[in-house]
Amino acid sequence: MEKDLGREITEIRECYRNGNTKPIAWRRSQLQALRSFLLDYEIQIFRALNLDLGKHYVEAFRDEVGILKKSVNLALKDLKRWSASTKAKLPAIALLSYAELVPEPLGLILVISSWNFPLGLSLEPLIGAIAAGNAVVLKPSEMSPACSSLLANTLPKYLDNQAIKVIEGGPAVGQQLLQQKWDKIFFTGSAKVGRMVMSEAAKNLTPVTLELGGKCPAVLDSLSWSWDKEVAVKRIVGAKYGSCAGQACISIDYVLVEKSFSSTVVELMKAMIRTMYGDNPKESHSVARIINKHHFLRLKNLLTDQKVKDCIVYGGSTDEDSLYIEPTILVDPPLESAIMAEEIFGPLLPIITLDKIEDSIEFINSRPKPLAIYAFTKDEVLRKRMVSETSSGSVVFNDAIIQFAADTLPFGGIGESGFGKYHGKFSFDTFTHYKAVARRSFFTDFWYRFPPWNNHKLELLEDTYGFDYFGLLLVILGLKRSRKTFHVN
Amino acid sequence: MGSQPEDKAVFDTESGKEMVKELRASFVAGKTKSYEWKVSQLKAMLKMMEENEAQIIFALRDDLSKPELESSIYEIGMLKNSCRLALKEMKHWMKPEKAKTSLTTFPSTAEIVSEPLGVVLVISAWNYPFLLSLDPVVGAIAAGNAIVLKPSELAPATSSLLAKLIADYLDGSCIKVVEGAVPETTALLEQKWDKIFYTGNGRVARIVMAAAAKHLTPVVLELGGKSPVIVDSDIDLKVATRRIIAGKWGCNNGQACISPDYIITTKDYAVKLVDSFKCELEKFYGKNPLESKDLSRIVNSNHFDRLLKLLDEDKISSKIVHGGERDETNLKIAPTILLDVPKNSLIMKEEIFGPLLPIIMVDKLEGSFDVIKSLGGKPLAAYLFTNKTKLKAKFVAEVSAGGLVVNDTTVHLAEHNLPFGGVGDSGMGSYHGKFSFDAFSHKKAVLYRSFGGDSSLRYPPYTRGKLRLLQALLSGSVLRIIRALLGC
Repeated sequence: MEKDLGREITEIRECYRNGNTKPIAWRRSQLQALRSFLLDYEIQIFRALNLDLGKHYVEAFRDEVGILKKSVNLALKDLKRWSASTKAKLPAIALLSYAELVPEPLGLILVISSWNFPLGLSLEPLIGAIAAGNAVVLKPSEMSPACSSLLANTLPKYLDNQAIKVIEGGPAVGQQLLQQKWDKIFFTGSAKVGRMVMSEAAKNLTPVTLELGGKCPAVLDSLSWSWDKEVAVKRIVGAKYGSCAGQACISIDYVLVEKSFSSTVVELMKAMIRTMYGDNPKESHSVARIINKHHFLRLKNLLTDQKVKDCIVYGGSTDEDSLYIEPTILVDPPLESAIMAEEIFGPLLPIITLDKIEDSIEFINSRPKPLAIYAFTKDEVLRKRMVSETSSGSVVFNDAIIQFAADTLPFGGIGESGFGKYHGKFSFDTFTHYKAVARRSFFTDFWYRFPPWNNHKLELLEDTYGFDYFGLLLVILGLKRSRKTFHVN
Repeated sequence: MGSQPEDKAVFDTESGKEMVKELRASFVAGKTKSYEWKVSQLKAMLKMMEENEAQIIFALRDDLSKPELESSIYEIGMLKNSCRLALKEMKHWMKPEKAKTSLTTFPSTAEIVSEPLGVVLVISAWNYPFLLSLDPVVGAIAAGNAIVLKPSELAPATSSLLAKLIADYLDGSCIKVVEGAVPETTALLEQKWDKIFYTGNGRVARIVMAAAAKHLTPVVLELGGKSPVIVDSDIDLKVATRRIIAGKWGCNNGQACISPDYIITTKDYAVKLVDSFKCELEKFYGKNPLESKDLSRIVNSNHFDRLLKLLDEDKISSKIVHGGERDETNLKIAPTILLDVPKNSLIMKEEIFGPLLPIIMVDKLEGSFDVIKSLGGKPLAAYLFTNKTKLKAKFVAEVSAGGLVVNDTTVHLAEHNLPFGGVGDSGMGSYHGKFSFDAFSHKKAVLYRSFGGDSSLRYPPYTRGKLRLLQALLSGSVLRIIRALLGC
């Protein structure tokens, strides 16, 4: 196994060195091929996502396939513009010089993907890496095996096998891959593994992007209009349970409301769950499954503590055979309990009540920085405070998860939720080295750049570097005496 | 434990923890976020330079025998520029950037907001000890962070001057200096920072990044490499030679991360090039360069010995065509040129970082790109002297480095509209100008949605009709949308 891996990596490196991935035509052909794959294999993709996660095909389209189609079309549309050099403005004193930023690929990229959006989180970085002209190895998560083998078996039919490879496997394969030398590693997953990836990368000074997670809070202000309340609750419920059953890095982890508003919220949420999923959500097939037994038991255990169990106001039932957990709402579980200490990553929604909604800022700030903060409010003052007084990957007002679809916004974390960003042009940038190129002519030369040094040259240089044109002119004309004296001999 | 050697207390992990705690409290209190605070700090830095220029020059002379003009222009002058640019542009940099939104999030507005990362660590180098300490600090201040600066212990006079001046001029509750060597740096690296900015060599960079990995701390690593100079024969030889000399020996006597490391030229041209160097070098530094005041010395005996080892390697000393003189007492090595050294020699394996300039000869100049690639690693800079348009284009397309300059050396450093940083072994991340501000900022995406304009498309119960409409919307095709709405 190890010998094969080494050989495959060498093959890819050769391919990159030969310059195969740099031409725009190659990048375009690969992106078009990817688009064809998404079109031709749509049904099989839906099937694989249903097998791995019990995802409904509309959810699969909305959250993965549709987004990918959009991204690949954007990359195709803007590829030429993104890969063009951009001129840099130069100060007038640098006469006859010219400077530009030339985007160039980094080289060999390793993309390590996650199991919750196994297509999206594999192919979105791949699109950026290809658009930027790199060779890529993709390691999909072994925990979503149907999707992993779909990618491993089908992508080679569409893409250039010498430059883009899919390598399946678990932690052992991941380790082996990490020991190779890469020009960049793009990792989506947990903070624990993120630390390990970065430690390995440090051995080769490989830059990394880490897309991690965190407890993303939703701050729900006391809204007065019933339309607003409906929409807010709909968006919260839809985001929590409707996107991989809460197993998403940008899922709403918990909700913060004022005590006086909380019972209204709970009632609205119960009604909304029934509207969206019927009285028996399991039968609706619209709530994704928990990925595996390990995570199922982890989530079930969050509810075993009696003090936590007592806080359940809706749902709470689980079915181990079908790895199903019912959409569940809790009110005020103890803050030291596991459900409030760790990222939930499942369909359990704690509602934490506060005296004043403004207290949510301190609540959020006393915890690690999340990937996203959601705030449902019409209060301008609260809005401004949320943006300026909290820190997170992103902030979304009056909605949730949807920032994922906005390709003009950088998608990434900060602190414990990771670093680096992608989506849209940010994907291209993350796999690009912007090389500074400056050109001088032989004509103009500042003779005073060269030793032997004296006061006169010092004065001239000072004015030149300070872009003091007038001063420079005066010194040259001999009208300005050097006020500088040498301090040292 | 024994008695403390001086008045200074030992800086250990506990001290590091306390320091970060104090700085975090200052940061959380919002001190560093205000525009007025940033302006006050940058203005104080300018004042600091104006009032202490002589001391700074003396310290650099002590540490490196750096010629006053180099100190004045390359260290103090460049830093003044950074401060002035930040003061001028900061308000503009701090403004949120509007982002366009599309149909998928309609209706919505969006912006990207720059916010400070928090508490940052700047670890500086010994070759430009003043500039490389404070230039990143300027960016960190402009972006609104609290800062710890650890200057290099290999430039001790500058290190202690920085500690004193920063304590005197800047806000000590938000900006601190920790002096010291490996133990102090280790204690600092154990803490949780929001960013670490390191300038130095690859070996220590790996240690820094490994320490950062434990806390998921992002890093900027400004390293080095072997910056090649390709010299064609169709150029103004005098001007080219002078520019190479200015970039090599005029920059801390070759001890600079972007100094020309080695030259590649054709067999036919090499002798002419060497002669031109000899002529210009004598004009610049006189017949006895060991006595010239315009050349820095080698920083310490370790590096002095390291450089001599490169020269004294078997079969290498015979390749010296100019220079080679050394003065061990004063740690000086004269500008030295070597011709036709073997590619597997020590001097061609590692970054020279000193006043030795090997010249590699090729048959045809196009062969120089292969030579560069064969040495492995991407350097911080690469230089080409030619008038041929095709060669320039090939150079830009084929040579990967942090930055490239055609027909000059090192000047791109002064251009603050260009990002300054490496790639591969020469580092990651960049700074200068707005890039400094960005290096110490978090670009937070903010999306504003309203409660109006909600559609049930996104939500369960899921139906075929919703799927068709979603597909149509994501495709952007109006016709498709209409058809989906009409249910056909």
